[in-house]
Amino acid sequence: MVALAQTGRTGAAPPAATRRRRPQVRVGRSVTLLLAAIYFIGPLGVAFWFSIHDRLHGGVRFHEYTGVFSVPGLMDSFTLSLKLAAATIVILLVLLVPTMLLVQLRLPRFRPIMETLCLMPLVVPPVVLAAGIFAVLGSGPLTSGPLATIASDLQETSLPWILALEYVILTLPFSYRAIDAGMRSIDLATLVKAARNLGASWPTLTVRVLLPPLRTALLNAGFLAFALVLGEYTLATILQYTVFSVWIVTAGQTDGQLQTALSIMSLGVTWVLLIVIGLFAGSRKGRSRSIRRRKTA
Amino acid sequence: MTAQMETRPATTSTSVEFVGVTRVFGSTTALAGLDLAIEPGELLALLGPSGCGKTTALRLLAGFDQPTSGEILVDGRDVTRLAVNKRDMGMVFQSYSLFPTMSARDNVAFGLRLRGSAASARRARAGELLDLVGLSAHLDKFPHQLSGGQQQRVALARALAIAPRVLLLDEPLSALDALVRAQLREEIRRIQLELGVTTVFVTHDQEEALSMADRVGVMRAGRLEQCDVPSVLYQRPATAFVAEFVGTMNQVPGVIGADGRVQVGTQALSVDGPVPAAGVAVSVLARPEAVLIEPLAAVDARSPSDATVLVATFFGAVTRLRLVRADGVELLADVASHRAAELTPGTAVRVSLLDRPVLVRASVPREAEAEHH
Ligand SMILES: Nc1ncnc2c1ncn2[C@@H]1O[C@H](COP(=O)(O)OP(=O)(O)OP(=O)(O)O)[C@@H](O)[C@H]1O
Ligand SMILES: [Mg+2]
Repeated sequence: MVALAQTGRTGAAPPAATRRRRPQVRVGRSVTLLLAAIYFIGPLGVAFWFSIHDRLHGGVRFHEYTGVFSVPGLMDSFTLSLKLAAATIVILLVLLVPTMLLVQLRLPRFRPIMETLCLMPLVVPPVVLAAGIFAVLGSGPLTSGPLATIASDLQETSLPWILALEYVILTLPFSYRAIDAGMRSIDLATLVKAARNLGASWPTLTVRVLLPPLRTALLNAGFLAFALVLGEYTLATILQYTVFSVWIVTAGQTDGQLQTALSIMSLGVTWVLLIVIGLFAGSRKGRSRSIRRRKTA
Repeated sequence: MTAQMETRPATTSTSVEFVGVTRVFGSTTALAGLDLAIEPGELLALLGPSGCGKTTALRLLAGFDQPTSGEILVDGRDVTRLAVNKRDMGMVFQSYSLFPTMSARDNVAFGLRLRGSAASARRARAGELLDLVGLSAHLDKFPHQLSGGQQQRVALARALAIAPRVLLLDEPLSALDALVRAQLREEIRRIQLELGVTTVFVTHDQEEALSMADRVGVMRAGRLEQCDVPSVLYQRPATAFVAEFVGTMNQVPGVIGADGRVQVGTQALSVDGPVPAAGVAVSVLARPEAVLIEPLAAVDARSPSDATVLVATFFGAVTRLRLVRADGVELLADVASHRAAELTPGTAVRVSLLDRPVLVRASVPREAEAEHH
C-alpha cells in the first residue's frame, strides 16, 4: 500500500500549486502520518506483545520465533508462495509491458479499452472469481478430451498455474497503475523516434531505451504483485492450495501465539523487500521527477 | 576545434530531392506535391506558418512516415521505402529527447554502439563531439542535470555522432529562451559549416531561417512557395504570401500610369518585374524601412496620402511607427530612433516611398495588415 501511495503521488499537482499550499500541506501531512502510524503500529505492537508474552510463567520468550522453522510445512508453503509470486510477476510483466507499450506508441485509441479491462478485477470479488474458475474447470470440454490434460496440468499442486493466472488478474489493476504512472512520466514516443533515427531496431530500443527509464515502475509493479500474492488467502483456500498464508492459518489453529508470530514475520519479510526496492529505485525517482519539472517549466 | 578535424570522416555531402511528394491524412492534405532539391552540404531552412507541412516533410525524409505518393531521393537513390533505422539521418527534435538513464556521453555514443564501434573508440568520439558543442565539462552528467540548451547541444552531438548523411533539425530551439536560442543558432551554423553536412532545418521563426540558412524554402499549405537565398527572399519575394510572411511588408494602393511607372500618392516609381497594363489598380509592396516620413508644418498643404502617427514602438536602433493615412490606409515605417522624438503619436507626416523599383501585385481586398513576426 505504501508503494501505491507513492506511485499515486508522482502524478501530483503542478509544482507551483504545491509551493503555494506548502505550510498547510506540511501540517496536514504530519497529522495524517501520525494517525496512520498509530493505526498501523498499535495493533502490530499488541500482536507482537501477544506473541512473545509467556502466559504460563509471565515475562517474555521468543521461542515462537526461534521454533518457527521446525514446524512442518513452512518451507513447502513458503516456496510455493514464492514460486507463485514469481510466476505471477513474470506473466504479468510479459503481458502488460508489451501491451502497454504498443497501445501507448501505436494504438492509442485502444487505451480506454485496455484501461477498463485492467481495472475490471477491482470490482470482481475473489470469491466470484473462484466460483467462475470452478464452473469453467468443471465444464464438459475441460473434464474429458484433449483439453482435460491441460486443465489438470494447470492444477498441478507443485506449481498450480491456475492460481498464478488468477493472481495475475487480481494484481492487474495495481500493477497496471504502477506501470502507467511510470510511462506517463517519460516521453516514450520521442525516445522511440530518437532511437529509431539513430539506427536502433525495435528489440534493441525496447531493451536499451524504453525499459531502463521504466525500471522503477516495473519494480513497483512487481513488488505490488509480490506483496499481494504472498498475502492472498481467499482464492488459495477455495482452490485448496496450501500457500504460505493458508499454512499460517492452519498451523496457527492450534497455537494462536505461533500464528501471530508467523504473521508478524511475514510482514517483516514484506517490509524488508519494500526497503530494498526503495533503496534500489530511490536514485531513479528524483531523476524522472526533475525531467518532468523542466518540461512543464 | 582542431581535434575534430582529424577524426572526422571526410564528409562526402549528400543531396536530397523531394519529387512530387504528397502526404494525405484522412481529409487533411499535409503535403500537396512538394518539389524541393537540397544541394550537398547546404543548410536549407523550411519556413512556413503552423500546419503548412514542415514537420511532415521532415518526418518523411527521416523515414518516420511514408508519402502517399511521390518519392524522396537521397544522392539520387529512392529511399521512400527504406526503414527509418537504415537511413543514417541524424535528427534533433523539438522536445527534449535524450535517453534519461544515460549520461551525456552515453547518449552521444548510443548510435556508435549500435554500429558496433568499440567501447574505447566511441567514448573518445563522443567526447570529441561533446567538445564540439561546448560541453566537454559535462560528459558524465545525466539529462536531468543539464539545462534545456545543454540538452539540445547533446542531442545535436548525438545526431552528428553517426556521421549522418543528412542532419535534420525540427525546431530544435523553440523550447529555449531568446538568448540561448540566438547563441545556439550561431553554433549550429558554425558546426554545420565545419562538418559540411547537408542540413534541413525546420522553423516557423523567420529570423532564425534568414540568419542561419544558405537557402530558405517558404512553405504554404503543403507546397513550396519559394526557395531562395535569404537576401533574395527578403528583397524579391516571388509571391505576395512570401512577401508578407518573410519580414514585414506594407501594401500601398497605387495605379499604373501610361509611362509604365506606378503612381503612389504624388510619387511615381518604376516597377520591378512585369508591369501591369496602364490604369490597373495595384498594391505596391514596401518594407517599413523603405517608407520615408517627414513631419508636416502646420502651414503645409495637406494631401490624401499624408498620414498621422498612431503608435511608436521602440526597437533600439530603430523605432517602428504605425501610421494611418487620411484615406484610411495603414502603414508601418521604421525610422532611426533619434528621430522618434519629433514623431510622437498624433504628429502629421508626409509619407513617401524610397525611390527604387518596387514590387506590385494586382489589388485584392486585404484581409489583414501585413505584419508577421
Ligand atoms: N499523424 C497525423 N494525422 C493527421 N493529421 C496530421 C498528422 N500529422 C500532421 N497532420 C496534419 O498535417 C498538417 C501539417 O502538419 P505538420 O505537422 O507538418 O505542420 P507544421 O508545418 O510542422 O506545423 P507546426 O509549425 O505547427 O509544427 C496539419 O494540418 C496537421 O494537422
Ligand atoms: Mg512542426
